[in-house]
Amino acid sequence: MLTRAETASFLAPALFVMLISGVIPVAFVLFYAVHDTFAGNDFVFVGLKWFQQILLSKEFYGALARSLGFAVLALAIQIPLGIYVALRMPASGPLASTLLVLMAIPLLTPTLVVGYLWKAMTLPKAGLLFETLRAVGLPLDMNSSAATWAVLLLMDTWHWTSLVVLLCYAALRAIPQDYYRAASIDGASRWALFRHVELPRLKLVLLIAVLLRFVDAMMIYTEAYTITRGGPGVSTTFLANELVQTALIQFDLGEGGAFSLLYFLFVAVVSWAFFQRIMPREKTS
Amino acid sequence: MKKSWVFAPILYTTLLLVPVYWLIAMSLKGNGEIMGRFTMYPHVIETRNYQTLMSDSAWYIGYVHALVYVTLNVLIAVSVAVPAAYAFSRSEFPGKRQLFFGFFMFRMIAPAILLVPFVQLASDLNIFDTHIAVAIAHCFFNVPLAIWILEGFISAVPREIDESARIDGHGTFSYFFKILLPQIAPGIAVTAFFCFMFSWVEFLLANALTAVDAKPIGGVMSRAGGVLSANIAMLSAASVIGLIPGVILIVFMRKHLARGFSMGRVV
Repeated sequence: MLTRAETASFLAPALFVMLISGVIPVAFVLFYAVHDTFAGNDFVFVGLKWFQQILLSKEFYGALARSLGFAVLALAIQIPLGIYVALRMPASGPLASTLLVLMAIPLLTPTLVVGYLWKAMTLPKAGLLFETLRAVGLPLDMNSSAATWAVLLLMDTWHWTSLVVLLCYAALRAIPQDYYRAASIDGASRWALFRHVELPRLKLVLLIAVLLRFVDAMMIYTEAYTITRGGPGVSTTFLANELVQTALIQFDLGEGGAFSLLYFLFVAVVSWAFFQRIMPREKTS
Repeated sequence: MKKSWVFAPILYTTLLLVPVYWLIAMSLKGNGEIMGRFTMYPHVIETRNYQTLMSDSAWYIGYVHALVYVTLNVLIAVSVAVPAAYAFSRSEFPGKRQLFFGFFMFRMIAPAILLVPFVQLASDLNIFDTHIAVAIAHCFFNVPLAIWILEGFISAVPREIDESARIDGHGTFSYFFKILLPQIAPGIAVTAFFCFMFSWVEFLLANALTAVDAKPIGGVMSRAGGVLSANIAMLSAASVIGLIPGVILIVFMRKHLARGFSMGRVV
């Protein structure tokens, strides 16, 4: 057990860094959100004007709906796929470690490269995806919203499913062999084994994977922007695109700030709900 | 376990590698071949793009800049997170849970939200267009992540070790450096790996906080990529080089990661 002074001195460096790189920037956002400005010099207090404006704007709800829809679809594909692949992974050996190394490559691909790569994949002649689809008689039309969404989902699945696989793989390896032996003595079916032995042990990492994938998918920016600049129309203009457009390109700091704050509140609520489920379990396990 | 089970992960991994293969193939084709006709592999191997990347400082310096701020970020994030994780694991104080959540929540914030404040702060502090500006900015997601992972590793170290160290006459700080740090070395490696990964792949902040002197490769590519079709081979080659640090890291970290995964929580 540490004394108060020791605890404080151990926490101080992290608190200091987070003050600069987290708390102060958020305070800036808060300040922008209730002020109006001309060219970022003079700030006039305007109360909740920006919040009203955003909460009444169609663009905000449109972007929110698209982001939510994208996040939900991405999770619906990536979580089951990730669990499935992890369950089928060999427990150890050179094949397992080779597969793990190879499947981690997309995770370490810079977001900008992910965008370029998938943009290139969808170009006529240059793109493997475009040409493969054409060869099977399904021409890829990037002027269609549905096709663009499918490409973005495919790209996001390519990029992030391995994170789910790695997390689940790690959690599965931590299950003692005795559990499997007991299950096989009981004559448990494969499904029963998954449902009653593996799934409960995966719950914690799955909560974490869902949370991380959810907040990241909600704020997809670089990749979507690189591929279609938010188009066709506004069909792939997500929250982050809308935000960067407002705050940086139109330089509407107030509106951008209010927008950020609303998103921040949303994330805080979602994270807290997850945190409540993650932490108590952890202390007992 | 039956052999046929392995089929799914092999198929999955192969499909993941198809776009990677395509990137490499495009990087070795000429622009004429890429845009002119569809070829499964480069019919004429062009290495000119790689030569340019290696010889033109406008290009290769971008990798150096990125590696510098990523390394700085990993050093800062890990060194402040280890003691904090230790405090969270071994100390009871009022508001501990809330504080832990407070850190945790920052990992959930999108970089886009803090973009304008970071640019403002960096210019106020006169560190705009420096590596340290990006390294500090990336701390807002990497410090919480590092604390989160390390707290799991430290909590996995039995408290009996604390007790016996105390009996052996180690004070808190001596215990921390001489006993605890070696015990959680794999955890530190895993944490450093994840911090590296998230800082290396981030583009929006890194690009916005730099202009010339610290412009990472992503920024250089983005500038050159205005007309994608005109530069597609070059951008592919630049992307391939951009994959290399990650691949090297994961190959070297393979053993540590496997041990780390089985020891504690990850991400």
